[in-house]
Amino acid sequence: MKLNLIAIVVSITILASCGNSEKKNQDEKLANESEIKVYDNPLDDKGIGPVSSLTLPTEINQELAAKGKEIFILKCSACHKETQRFIGPAPLGIFERRSPEWIMNMILNPEEMVQKNDIAKKLLAEYIAPMANQNLTEEEARAVVEYFRTIK
Amino acid sequence: MKNLIKSTLALLSIILIFGSCGKGEKQSDGLLASNAAEKVYVKPGELDEYYAFVSGGFSGQLSVYGLPSGRLFKVIPVFSVDPEKAWGFNEETKPMLNTSHGFIPWDDSHHPDISQTAGELDGRWIFINGNNTPRIAKIDLTTFETTEIIEIPNSAGNHSSSFVTENTEYVVAGTRFSVPVPQKDMPIKEYKGNFKGALSFISVEPKHGKMNLEFQILMPGFNYDLAHPGRGASHGWFFYTTYNTEEANSLLEVNASQNNVDYIAAINWKKAEEYVKAGKGKKMPTNYAHNVYDENTHTATSTMKKEVLVLDPAELPGLVYFLPTPKSPHGCDVDPSGEYIVGSGKLSANVTVHSFSKMLKAIENKKFSGTAYNIPILKAEEVLAGVVEQAGLGPLHTEFDDKGNAYTTFFITSEVVKWKLKTWEVVDRKPAYYSVGHLMIPGGNSRKPTGKYLLAMNKITKDRYLPTGPEVTQSAQLFDISGEKMELLLDFPTIGEPHYAAGIHKDVIMKNSKKYFDLKNNKHEFVAKSEAETKVVRKGKDVHVYMTAIRSHFAPDNIEGIKVGDRVFFHVTNLEQDYDVPHGFAIIGANNSELLIMPGQTETLVWEPKQVGIWPFYCSDFCSALHQEMQGYVRVSPANSTIKLSWSLGE
Repeated sequence: MKLNLIAIVVSITILASCGNSEKKNQDEKLANESEIKVYDNPLDDKGIGPVSSLTLPTEINQELAAKGKEIFILKCSACHKETQRFIGPAPLGIFERRSPEWIMNMILNPEEMVQKNDIAKKLLAEYIAPMANQNLTEEEARAVVEYFRTIK
Repeated sequence: MKNLIKSTLALLSIILIFGSCGKGEKQSDGLLASNAAEKVYVKPGELDEYYAFVSGGFSGQLSVYGLPSGRLFKVIPVFSVDPEKAWGFNEETKPMLNTSHGFIPWDDSHHPDISQTAGELDGRWIFINGNNTPRIAKIDLTTFETTEIIEIPNSAGNHSSSFVTENTEYVVAGTRFSVPVPQKDMPIKEYKGNFKGALSFISVEPKHGKMNLEFQILMPGFNYDLAHPGRGASHGWFFYTTYNTEEANSLLEVNASQNNVDYIAAINWKKAEEYVKAGKGKKMPTNYAHNVYDENTHTATSTMKKEVLVLDPAELPGLVYFLPTPKSPHGCDVDPSGEYIVGSGKLSANVTVHSFSKMLKAIENKKFSGTAYNIPILKAEEVLAGVVEQAGLGPLHTEFDDKGNAYTTFFITSEVVKWKLKTWEVVDRKPAYYSVGHLMIPGGNSRKPTGKYLLAMNKITKDRYLPTGPEVTQSAQLFDISGEKMELLLDFPTIGEPHYAAGIHKDVIMKNSKKYFDLKNNKHEFVAKSEAETKVVRKGKDVHVYMTAIRSHFAPDNIEGIKVGDRVFFHVTNLEQDYDVPHGFAIIGANNSELLIMPGQTETLVWEPKQVGIWPFYCSDFCSALHQEMQGYVRVSPANSTIKLSWSLGE
């Protein structure tokens, strides 16, 4: 019985060593994924994606916001209602909860966000329905952010 | 004892693991003579090198496989209805199957051919012929969807089709059966001299690919079997094999095999264009359907055309010549240079090769042996380039590689034979299992063939696969042709009967493949571009539901006020704007099919409820973790009910 066990252990070892760099890469990837950063202040979390820095001017650009509203209706409103929870959360008051960069990255890069960003992961657990990538351009996402500033 | 067995097994597994640890190099110099398995193995997650578009034969469709793996990716619906994709069932695609005989739900699809620019495959469109109710279809290779179907008038058994000229100036069709032109009520026995064979030249507009039947050449009443365009020097000509030059109307098995030679008809289509320009064509009343699918409205329209321009070669000198070719030639193939025209006499053991440059000289010097219906017959010896002697029995089709070799299939002896152009010597032969018909080398009927793979398409498989009752699969076989000798690598089953195929390198197609339709450009008459635009509108007994779908709900998902006797049109728009997120729509008791709606697209299913009750609908394509929640209800009330029309979501 013991011999049998040893043999199995040996064969597992061989299997592991038999592989290649691919397997190692996968392990590294997994290790990286487990290093999800948690921020004390959620407004410090800029998320993961193409937008690393975004400062919103004090004045709301109404023209841009109007454009953003059109885009929101076309591409987002099937799952988000402005002021109440629907399939996903409502954008009302979002700037008190999230940084502008995080919002942009969640729109532009939702697949990676729900895997690797602490807040996004928790949102997925809460809402179950994953945020759909509606393939907005960066400019379109920026317009939607401007529209969010007008929601009261 | 038991333990001993177990530990022996464990040890054995170690050995096996060690063994499998090695790489391919070790295998090839040792235990195995061939590494065929490795050559066709595409690792999980990796991509095939070539697309193979294989005709579906009596399935009426076109299947897409990867080479070298033989994996099936998609069956593109073309001439037959397909409930999986609602092809011919939804309101948008029904007009695609309209003809002068009404709605036709089936056909026999034969010869796919990829569009070309300067004699090379450009991968923009692929054309395929419907054989039974003569039609040519165009499939857009950005969407892999059939976007145009044109019916061919004056034609019957549209077999010598659909082949493109080297800049896709034309996609060309020819009739297998000759018939009275125009059709009329007459004794069948009066066929000879009275029936005609129409060869059709359909122009392809270079930018958008729109097809137009420019002219037809009304040939003598032979059977026009297969065709290929000239290329290079012979660009401007088209070559057709003929059989039944006896013009028999019964027991063709015997009566169409009386003549020792039939012809390859050489058509000078540039000359035809000149005659058209000079007003030598005759406008003839006719009736045929031209069906076009619009990518922005996601809807097809069918237009009946009432006229066709015909050219009579008996009256128009220099338009057509006959090249005598022995024994009911089938395949008609032109080599990459355009100099050699290969005619495979299917009742012969030899393959006859004509020379284009000799043909031109013979025409110039009027080396004619006679005429048939006033069309000059060239002297056989004046146009002959060579003969591949005793190569096998029943030659059918020939394709070419990049090294000056030709490959011909032999049906009766069931083999692929490799021979050299110019010396006409046979250099290799390999059996095919069984009864090989067509063959395909990617680019093998263009100016630039590849030299890696050859696909043989077989009619009979008998013992090659697990039996599946009296009907067994037809199949394709992949050969490696990179070396001097061919090597059989793989068998794989096909959908329907594979008559011909077209292959192309993945790099030409992949980069243009569409990922989703832009919702902004959706101009469907009944689109709802957001949930705010969803509504239900009654017009008499017709009820139009403007519905949207997104992961994972329909809007609206509760509808009341529908009555027995209504016709409910579900116009479902998929609001997703991401790759690979189609939604389905299925409703209980639908007499047609499901819908399968691509992102940004709108499709319409008609539902005629016959029973009072609350009837569910749901998404039939797994779309997310909450797919099982993607559902709704329709309340159907009695015909005389006064329940008001209402609809909602989340209330």
